[in-house]
Order: sequence, then C-alpha cells, then structure tokens
Amino acid sequence: MKQFKGRPVVAGKVSTTALVSKAGFNTLASFQHALMFGDKSAKCSDQNNADIFNKPMCNQALCLPQTIGSTTGGMVLFCASAMGRQPSCLLFSKPIDSLAAAGAILSEVWTDAAMPTVDSLGDDFLEYVKTGMKITVEEDGTVTVE
Amino acid sequence: MDVKMKLTADQQALLDGKKGESVAKVMRTLVKYGETFGAEKMVPITGEYGHLVTSFGLSVMKPVYELMDQLIDAGALSGQKFTVDPRPLDPNVPSNFMQNLFFKIMYSKQHDYEEQLKKLGIIDEDSFTCTCYMNEVGNIPKKGDVLSWAESSAVVYANSILGARCNRNSGILELFGSIAGFVPYFGLLTDEGRKATWIVEVRTTKKPEAQILGSAIGMKVMDAVPYVKGLTDFIGTKLNAEATAYLKDFGAATASNGAVGLYHIDKLTPEAVEQGEKLIAKDAKIYIIDDAELERVKASYPCIWKDPDAKPKLCFIGCPHLSAGQLKDWTEKLETALTESGRQKVTIPTVFTTSPAVKREFDKTPEAKKLPAMGVIVSNICPLMYMNNPQCAKMPVITNSNKLRTYTSSRYYTDADILCKITKGDK
Repeated sequence: MKQFKGRPVVAGKVSTTALVSKAGFNTLASFQHALMFGDKSAKCSDQNNADIFNKPMCNQALCLPQTIGSTTGGMVLFCASAMGRQPSCLLFSKPIDSLAAAGAILSEVWTDAAMPTVDSLGDDFLEYVKTGMKITVEEDGTVTVE
Repeated sequence: MDVKMKLTADQQALLDGKKGESVAKVMRTLVKYGETFGAEKMVPITGEYGHLVTSFGLSVMKPVYELMDQLIDAGALSGQKFTVDPRPLDPNVPSNFMQNLFFKIMYSKQHDYEEQLKKLGIIDEDSFTCTCYMNEVGNIPKKGDVLSWAESSAVVYANSILGARCNRNSGILELFGSIAGFVPYFGLLTDEGRKATWIVEVRTTKKPEAQILGSAIGMKVMDAVPYVKGLTDFIGTKLNAEATAYLKDFGAATASNGAVGLYHIDKLTPEAVEQGEKLIAKDAKIYIIDDAELERVKASYPCIWKDPDAKPKLCFIGCPHLSAGQLKDWTEKLETALTESGRQKVTIPTVFTTSPAVKREFDKTPEAKKLPAMGVIVSNICPLMYMNNPQCAKMPVITNSNKLRTYTSSRYYTDADILCKITKGDK
C-alpha cells in the first residue's frame, strides 16, 4: 500500500479499481465509440493506447499523465458524465491540462455526476499504480493505492 | 463560491446571478477553470470572431444540445460572431445504402443543432471549416489578439503563425468565453507561457513530411511549447502560402498526436523572428529529429484494418481542410502522375476537402474543372465525422492526414505514397 498526495481539482471521495494509461490519454479517441454506440461500460476505443484499448473506463479510477488530442476533449468528458459513463475519478500524475480541466469542471458545474479529479500526483504515482489495484481518493487529494 | 481570482464588479455581478442562473453557471465554470491554472484575473477577448469546435448534430450528444438550449433560453448568446468546424455530411462523398442509413441516425440532430448555432451567433452558411484563418474565409486574428477558440489545429495555427493568444480551450468552454466576453489569463495568453521548454533540432537529409514531423514532436513534447531549429533550411524563411500550408498540416499533427498549442519555428514564425532564442526557457530539453527518427515514428502507427492487405476503397486528402494552393498543387501532381501511368481517372475514389469559401474561389480556376474528369470530388465535409460512421470505419480508407489517422481507422500514407496509390492502382 502506498499513499500519494495531489491537488484536488474537483474534490470528492471514491473507492474503486485502477485503470492505468501510461501514455497521454486521448479523450475523443478513447470515448468516441462508447458515446456513439451506447456502450455503457465505455470501452476505450483509442487504437494508439495499448495500455487501455478495449478496456472499460466507466466506474474505474482512470490514472494518467495528462490528456492529449482534440479540443472536443472537455465536451466529451462532460457528455460522458451527463450520460453516466464517466470514470469514477481522474487521477493525473502531472498538472492537469486545459481540456481535462474543462471536462472535470463542466461535469461538476453542469451535471449531477461525481467525478473527483486530482492532479500533480507525481511520476512515482504512475510508476507504482497498476491496472486492477484498489484506489481510494479522499477530499483533500490523498490517493491510496493497494 | 469562494473566489480567489480578482474579478471586476461587473464580473462579480454576473457570478452572483445578475443575468440569471445560466450566466452565473457560465461564470462559475470560467472562474473555476481559470483558478485551476492559477489565473488571477480575466482578460477581454480582443479577436473579432470566435471559432467553435462542435459542428456536428450527433444524436448521442444530447447533453450538449440541452445545454445550448438552456443558454439560448436564458439569452446567454455569444457576444461575437463565430465560425465553426466542418459539417459531418456531404451527399457528394461516396457512401452506400447502409452507410447512409447510419448517417441519418447518427447525425439526426444536425438541422436542429445548426438552428442553435444561428441563434448563438454563427457568421453565415459558409462558416463551417476547421481552417477559418484562410484569407478566403476571413476569420484571421491579428498578432496579440486574445481569443476564445477551440479546434486544436486552428488554435495552434492562430498562436504560432498569426501570433494571436489562445489557450487550448475545450468545446463548450470556448463558447462560454465568447458569451462572457473575457477569458481567464493563464498559459498561452501570458509571455511566460509562450516560452519554449523543448528545442527540436531538425537534422534530416531532405524536407520532412509535415505530418510525420508534427506527429513526432507532438508525441515527444505533449503539451509543451517546442522551438524548432533547422526547418527553414527546407521551407524557407518567408511565411508565404507554401510555408503556411506546410505548417498548417505540421501543427495539426502536433496538436492531435500530442497536445501542442503553440510552436515557434526559428527564423520564421512571428515571435521567433522577433525574439529568437530568447523564447527558449532555461533548461529546455532537446529532441533531435533525423531520417531514422521519422522512420521510427511512421513505423509505430498501427493499422487496425481487418485485412491489412485490403485494397483501399476511399482516399481523403485534406484534414485540416486544404488551402487554395494545396488544391492547385494536388491537381497538378495528379495530372502528371495520371499521364505517367497512362490513366485518365484515379484508381481509388478520392475526396479533397476544403472550406466552402476556398472551394468557391477554387471553382473559378482552370484546375477545378480538371478534378471531376480525374474522378476527384471536392467537398466541404469533415472526414473525421464521415469516418465516425461504423459502416465507414469498417472500410479500408487511406489518408495523408495524421490527425485523421489518430482519430479513426483510416491508414496514413505520405503524400508521395498516396499519389502513387491513387494513380497507379497499388494495393
């Protein structure tokens, strides 16, 4: 078990399992098929992301360095939240990027979905956490991995 | 809400609900967004027009359209007119019965959404393009203008080539800025945020393919600002039509394969010409790109076709939309290559995509008349939206766009390889 301290961008508590993308997370490419074709488990459709391609993202703790790609990214996260297909939380090893921040904040202000978002957890976090590990997120941005 | 940012009295009043709950929520979103990045104030948008990324009436994007309705009902309209990304449909682009059926279902909200865009402030019917900054379109920010744009390829172009100042805003957030009339001051809006933290040294033996060079840099630097040296040896030191078209495609690849919002090209882009290496931050990292590195990057692209040896059924050229010069250049190259191969028409149905305004001007040229005879369709469609149709995604489609490759099942080839495939009938 190891604890990491980050900055809560959207504060909240959650306990779930980790889904880890070591590479930059392409939000549009990842959620595109899930949103378009009614996949409630939101399987990742980004062919370029071998870590999580075809794995369900809904109700997982999505652990990532940052997001990349199209500027529809924040809107896509907002839609995923409004449709109940969002990850349980977003955990960034690096400072959050503008598109992911937009998605997390749009979800918080404009939907009822909870998607706690913590950034700046450090490179150690992404090195330590593996897909399937148990994740607990606290309001103050403390993330426990076991 | 607890606000750390320094707001003017008018901004605070909006946040407090002076113009209703919807505008207050727009403000709350902008304030939280800005504070996440340490913004201490809002700054006025000075660009004449906005640019929105969401152009498609995708039936499953219901939450977006509901939000738009909420804004329209509350009178929270854009304070500036705007352009928007390309439309997702064009009956001139080849599609079969099943594909058309899916298009009808997928984009069933297109008409309704375009009505929303009219109410919110779209400039006109010709405003649907990802290359709004082309002379023919006319949404051309001035150097130093503060923008509230989305569309990654347009943002990186406005910042890098035009010297405007715009963050990589998300869809919806860009509209919120246009509604409020101001944006939080952070990142690429600041002098500090425009400093390069990567030096890229281009050491290739020939002019690098723009789409692969951009891809390599995007994957390496992610959202950092690169300062690129050595490229002017190949594309010159003048920002002419040829150089800007090259950099349009280069930038789109940096932004889609990574998250680059601004790049500086040594001796070429406006800030690099003015400030030179003073733009490079202390301790900037170095990335050297030679022929082998470009080959490595190209070889890393996966092919997700069911049959990797399938004969391509469609070819898209123009993501982002082609410039007038690129349309002319492709027409000439096609004509020569077809003559050499003893053919009159392309061997794979081919679509050139460009903006409505560029197409209108191109249609007046002699080249425009040659394309139908060669079997090429010129369309205003967004090829990405076309490829989102699962019936299209199953089809082997080739492209010279690294952006299209990244987001769809289409397969990337260099310009030279594409030309060979569509004129010589190669598999």
